[in-house]
Amino acid sequence: MRITRRKYLATMAGTAAAVLSPAVLAKEVELSLYYPVAVGGPITKIIDGYAAAFEKENPGIKVRAIYAGTYQDTLVKSLTAFKSGEPPNIAVLLSTDMFTLIDEGAVDPFDDLVKSDADKAWLKSFYPAFMENSQTGGKTWGIPFQRSTIVMYWNKDAFKQAGLDPEKAPDNWDELVAFGRKLTKREGNATTQWGVQIPSTGFPYWLFQGLTTANNVRLMNQAGTETYFDKPEVIEALQFWVDLSRKYEIHPPGAVEWGTTPKDFFERKTAIMWTTTGNLTNVRKNAPFPFGVAMLPGHKGRGSPTGGGNFYFFRKMTPEQRAAAFKFVKWMTTPERAADWGIATGYVAVRPDAWETPAMKKYVADFPAAEVARDQLKFAVAELSTHDNQRVTKALNDGIQAALNGTKTPTQAMKDAQQESARILRPYR
Amino acid sequence: MTLARDTLNENREEARPSSRRVPSAATGRMHRPAHMRRWDVHIHGWLLLLPAAVLLATFTHFPAVATVIDSFFSTPKGPRHSVFVGLDNYQAMISDPIFWRSLDNNLVYALSTIPLTIALAMTMALAVNRKLAGRGFMRMSFFTPTVMPMIAVANIWLFFYSPGYGLLDRLLALFGIPAHNWLGSEQTALVCLIAVAVWKDAGFFMIFYLAALQQMPPQLAEAAAIEGASRWYFFRRVTFPLLMPTTLFVLINAIINSFRLVDHVIVMTRGGPNNTTSLLLFYIYEVGFKFWDTAYAASLTVVLLVLLAVLAVGQFTFFDRRIHYQ
Repeated sequence: MRITRRKYLATMAGTAAAVLSPAVLAKEVELSLYYPVAVGGPITKIIDGYAAAFEKENPGIKVRAIYAGTYQDTLVKSLTAFKSGEPPNIAVLLSTDMFTLIDEGAVDPFDDLVKSDADKAWLKSFYPAFMENSQTGGKTWGIPFQRSTIVMYWNKDAFKQAGLDPEKAPDNWDELVAFGRKLTKREGNATTQWGVQIPSTGFPYWLFQGLTTANNVRLMNQAGTETYFDKPEVIEALQFWVDLSRKYEIHPPGAVEWGTTPKDFFERKTAIMWTTTGNLTNVRKNAPFPFGVAMLPGHKGRGSPTGGGNFYFFRKMTPEQRAAAFKFVKWMTTPERAADWGIATGYVAVRPDAWETPAMKKYVADFPAAEVARDQLKFAVAELSTHDNQRVTKALNDGIQAALNGTKTPTQAMKDAQQESARILRPYR
Repeated sequence: MTLARDTLNENREEARPSSRRVPSAATGRMHRPAHMRRWDVHIHGWLLLLPAAVLLATFTHFPAVATVIDSFFSTPKGPRHSVFVGLDNYQAMISDPIFWRSLDNNLVYALSTIPLTIALAMTMALAVNRKLAGRGFMRMSFFTPTVMPMIAVANIWLFFYSPGYGLLDRLLALFGIPAHNWLGSEQTALVCLIAVAVWKDAGFFMIFYLAALQQMPPQLAEAAAIEGASRWYFFRRVTFPLLMPTTLFVLINAIINSFRLVDHVIVMTRGGPNNTTSLLLFYIYEVGFKFWDTAYAASLTVVLLVLLAVLAVGQFTFFDRRIHYQ
């Protein structure tokens, strides 16, 4: 056989590859991670720091953390990348996008990776409320990472001026109305300070769940195929929200902007506001008065929906990549890391033992408001999430806004929303 | 090079009807037959067009054609591939109230922003075209909104409109008008967005009017002054007609903008409350990238394309005849 130059080179290269490949493989597992930034603070720096620390502890693995914009941007980028055949390996996306991602066939469940007892214990270590939005059909599709709930912030100065105990927040709907009446200040026909403000732009359904949960009703089933928007308890909850502005006149009329609500609170335009725990650090820095943080007021029951983002594993990973990605996610959710992440961002640490770490104990001792979110988790429920999620939530959002604006009665609005959602969900039954 | 020189020669010969034409023209044609020369011209022309044509085809024509094709198929979802569904997407559109709402909103939006922007731009241009103190400052402040990104503008206006302590409510409070939830009420939300769009675009169009006004020969004004024409008469019979080519240009841009720019919707209202500020492009975005119903989004896009094409063709054929170009 004549050995040509090309053949010789090919053979040499082949040998070299054969000799080097185990080493190369062990060294070259690269993971891409898409993540969003949804709260204030130097989030990208923190994530980069985690990735670097992980790489140092796990020399075989490289993590490329890619900041991808808002939650919505990150979802768009991940899914378009998936459709073009180059998905990210790991992505942090809204827990409510679970059904969307499953329906697109874009993600794989975690279950086949959880084998050892330690892994099983790890999967059980999260707050059950967070797992509700992460599991369906007996499988786990998301691992809780940056999660939040809704809490109530109140202005202690305003309470004092209104003759209320500044240390006591309204504990139920009746108290909310009673306190709100005292807190609402009017000059002529202009209101200078509202009693309470519940934002209703962007994702009114989420805040609405703070009312429906207190009225002991769920908005959907765990399989994400049915919604219950027209149940009497749901309509009652919406009626209460509408009444706050139209009957009791302690809440601004119309749709209240989500983005400016904290500012309204700082400007003393409202004495009480409902918003995410993610705003804790923001309020702590910017409120020019002493403030308190409390659980949402109860009615028949109490509680709040959870919110925020999970880790998802995209399809098309090699087994090596999957193993490495699993290692990374476990590393990111150790009690110490969960505590550190919670302190740095204001997100709720996702597992009970994170609150027992020395760092978290010190933080809570210094800033007791942080504990409220944790205590409320006992009463927390899953955020509204179904198949074709965004369409269904839009139907509900439109209904809520129509009712708050007075163009539809709460009953009519919820009946229409339910009809629309049933139409959308028909193919998934 | 030969080609260019020959063409030049030819032109020159034609311009000069002298008897010397024959020998000089012949020198070029002696060596190559005529049909080959024509090919040269074509290849040359196409080569010059190629870079622009490639870009246009890849980023404009191909996506447009692909969108039309996609609109006749269903949306692929996971294991389900997309199949030909004919006019299904369009039928769904006809019975989709949010589509009609968005179209309706967009027409109201276009019909109010376009005339208002043009009127304001023309007025501002006339104002700063005269000699007056602080003219540079005026021009700059009229133009500033244009240079700012729409996202930033929308965020600023979000606070202008905030009920109670926003700039607008503070101003109105001086006259004893109570606070109003501008963006949160179905009656006022769209009007608020229209105001932002007018404020943002008027300065940009002013620049074109200003340029056109400065091109206008001063003799016209002098002649009119001698004849004793009033200012209004002069504007109506001289300035305005002479500005018409600019107006056509501005009109086309304004129409495109009114269908193209939805950044402020995303920042300020996200289409709410209850879809009162959902514009067509915003709805397309929502359907495409929130609902992931790409096929339906494609058919909505086709509607937008057809709408814009009809408007553009209409403008060029209708207005072009009535415009006096200098």
